Amino acid sequence: MAIIKVQRPKLSPGEKIYFGSIFKGMIITLRHAFRSLVGKSTGAKELNSSGVGITMQYPEQKWDEELPEYYRGTPALVTDEQDRERCVSCQLCEFICPPKAIKITPGEIPSNDEWAKVEKRPQAFDIDMIRCIYCGMCEEVCPEQAIYLRPDYVVTGTTRKEMVHDKDRLYEIGGKRVGLVNKWNELK
Amino acid sequence: MDITLFIAAAIKIGVFIGITMTFVSICVIFERRFSAIIQDRVGPNRTMVPLSILGFKKDFALPIGGLTQPVADGLKFILKEDFTPSYVRTVFFWLAPVLVVVPALLTMAVVPFGSPMEFGDTVIPMAVADLNVGPLFIFAIASLSVYGITLAGWASNSKYPFFGGVRACAQMISYEIALGLSIIPVLMFFGTLNLGHIVEYQVANGWLLLPFWGEGLSLQRWLLLIPLGISFVIFTTSIFAETNRMPFDLPECETELVGGYHTEYSSMKFALFFMGEYAAMVVGSALIVTLFFGGWSIGFGIDGLLPTGAWWVSLLHIGCFLTKVTVFILFFILVRWTIPRFRYDQLMNLGWIVFFEAALINVFIAALVVALPSIGFMGFVIGFIILLIASVLLIMIAKGATKKPSATAV
Repeated sequence: MAIIKVQRPKLSPGEKIYFGSIFKGMIITLRHAFRSLVGKSTGAKELNSSGVGITMQYPEQKWDEELPEYYRGTPALVTDEQDRERCVSCQLCEFICPPKAIKITPGEIPSNDEWAKVEKRPQAFDIDMIRCIYCGMCEEVCPEQAIYLRPDYVVTGTTRKEMVHDKDRLYEIGGKRVGLVNKWNELK
Repeated sequence: MDITLFIAAAIKIGVFIGITMTFVSICVIFERRFSAIIQDRVGPNRTMVPLSILGFKKDFALPIGGLTQPVADGLKFILKEDFTPSYVRTVFFWLAPVLVVVPALLTMAVVPFGSPMEFGDTVIPMAVADLNVGPLFIFAIASLSVYGITLAGWASNSKYPFFGGVRACAQMISYEIALGLSIIPVLMFFGTLNLGHIVEYQVANGWLLLPFWGEGLSLQRWLLLIPLGISFVIFTTSIFAETNRMPFDLPECETELVGGYHTEYSSMKFALFFMGEYAAMVVGSALIVTLFFGGWSIGFGIDGLLPTGAWWVSLLHIGCFLTKVTVFILFFILVRWTIPRFRYDQLMNLGWIVFFEAALINVFIAALVVALPSIGFMGFVIGFIILLIASVLLIMIAKGATKKPSATAV
């Protein structure tokens, strides 16, 4: 390959003095400052700006409706259309979980229960949201389609204990999910 | 010593250090908010006073737009762990931050903040020390801060701080020459080194760069604007270099040297460097305002209409001075977010070859113009020709100095 020698561009005396470009640069920065103060920055409208710059003011304004379908937020458990817990506590998600955030205590379903034929459901199901990395492997591995990554992303707490989602909390986030595999009920 | 003056001096020291420190924190919030809006962001706008610690039931968001951010920043610095690495040279490691802050605060002593106040018979100048060698004092003390930075770099005993320290040392010493030379035309024009008198002259005859009132509109005064304008540009740029501000912030450039000379510092010791840098910026702005933009004078002949010595006039003048300083601080910040950093050899070229020589020639231009009435027109022309020849020679020498050896000569 031929070697191409790149020549530095010759500067005119005006460019060498350098003040003109500094002045131009200051006008550009000042224009940015002024336009972001009056809320007219480029792209402010498309990005739903709060009125200063192009930034949203987070807790008051949110970008939720623009979240993609495949957004991976907090993992949560779901129930089926008959309010049965989908989870059968097979513990596959617990084993696959890379940061070991899931902890399941399996429990038997008593024989007098309506869903006795399912045999097992979790007694306790804890997801430590400090450890969770939102990888979605639990959702992928679940044979019962019981755990889903929801679009919720606001997980806050002031103590470590608050950051552990227990079973009730997980069902509260997950809610009901209809029209999936229905191997345990008569709805097929 | 008169007891009134003594008490007044004590009060002035307290108040002016207070003002400087307040300005340092104002600098911080301005820097953050102004840079934010330049970059189309919002900046810290939510910091508020947690009313619950004052006994209120709930925290209300007071509409102060994050003005308490510097308080939060300061608290954070105090509460952080003060970590001293095991390999540092302890004494100098502790001494360095102090050596950065103290000179910056000391230089504020000679800057006149406002017009003199009268208490009965005693006239109290609104500067802590009304020295007759004001600018010299400032240069003498301000050049001490290079010790702080260099010592910090050396005492940290680690490579990036060391680079930063060496760079700062070379840079600050180089630009001090341009700084000192550039101010000579100004002092020649005023004929005094007392900053108070310099400001009073500008009150009467118009600001140095805006001589639009009083009796200063002769042809000579207009001609003088050329050397004084050059002085202003060189002086301002050198102040940028002296305070290690953005186009010249090589001693601490994050992209190359992690944090430069303060890489190993944490907590309050780092905060002291921070404060020293901003205090130097405040002093620099104050000096530019005092020398070139009339210090505390309101200008446009308004000062003459106000009664002299009344306390409210003094306060008004202090307010005017602080407004001007604020404008310059904003200018500093604007420059920081506009101009990219120099390469180190460019920085040295600018200091030694461009500014040093420009300032030197500028001194003689100013001398010619100042001497115009006494040497007459012919003398002026002859002097001008001699100066022209000398300047051309100087520029040729400078060009020869920057010439790189050709690649074949190796």
